[in-house]
Amino acid sequence: MTNTAAEALSVVVEREIPYPPEKIWRALTQPHLIEEWLMKNDFKPIVDHRFNLRADWGAVDCQVLAVEPNKTLSYTWAAYGLESVVTWTLTPTGTGTQLRMEHSGFRPDQKQAYQGAKGGWQRFFAALEQLLARID
Amino acid sequence: MPNAHDVLFSTLADPTRRALFERLCREGEKTVGALTARAGVSQPAVSKHLRVLKQAGLVRDRHEGRQTHYSAQLGALAPLIDWTSQMAGFWQSRFDHLEDLLKRMDQ
Repeated sequence: MTNTAAEALSVVVEREIPYPPEKIWRALTQPHLIEEWLMKNDFKPIVDHRFNLRADWGAVDCQVLAVEPNKTLSYTWAAYGLESVVTWTLTPTGTGTQLRMEHSGFRPDQKQAYQGAKGGWQRFFAALEQLLARID
Repeated sequence: MPNAHDVLFSTLADPTRRALFERLCREGEKTVGALTARAGVSQPAVSKHLRVLKQAGLVRDRHEGRQTHYSAQLGALAPLIDWTSQMAGFWQSRFDHLEDLLKRMDQ
């Protein structure tokens, strides 16, 4: 492994999209639009709102952490007892929007701002990092 | 989301089981008795967790006389690392769908 385990255990996708942040924001926050590109859901852009994302393979339990219209959206993402965080960042560019998605929170140093967070997996990943370092 | 990792994740989702596995990783091979001494649960419970870990390929057992020794199989964790690259694939395809949707949406 060239990356550390911690780097491998978070996902960042970033794209420049030729539409203004306001339009992308609608796609990220309106349930009938979210369903079209992500999953069925009962999302509301309200901090602390709990919602599910549902697909044929199962459901993801989520809770809204942060909403800053047209700029930032963040929610927890829990599946398999593993709690992680998805954060969207929209930055206007001359021709559209730089859209960034970071799916992280597996890292032990991640601040768990929401209630009910279990430290167990975080601790485990910390241990895993040490183990993988040893294997290298 | 990749179903192939369900077993690994659900196996390690149990905190007691995860702690047992972690300990085997850290301290090397152990007997059921040695594991029970610090597990905070009964020996039958520990044995049951070890069976589940073994089914998931996370531990291996070795019989020596009347004792069974368990050791962690770190290779079994590989899907956990692969999982993030699969999640990256998942999100890339969602971005594709999102861009398609934006094209269809009214201005």
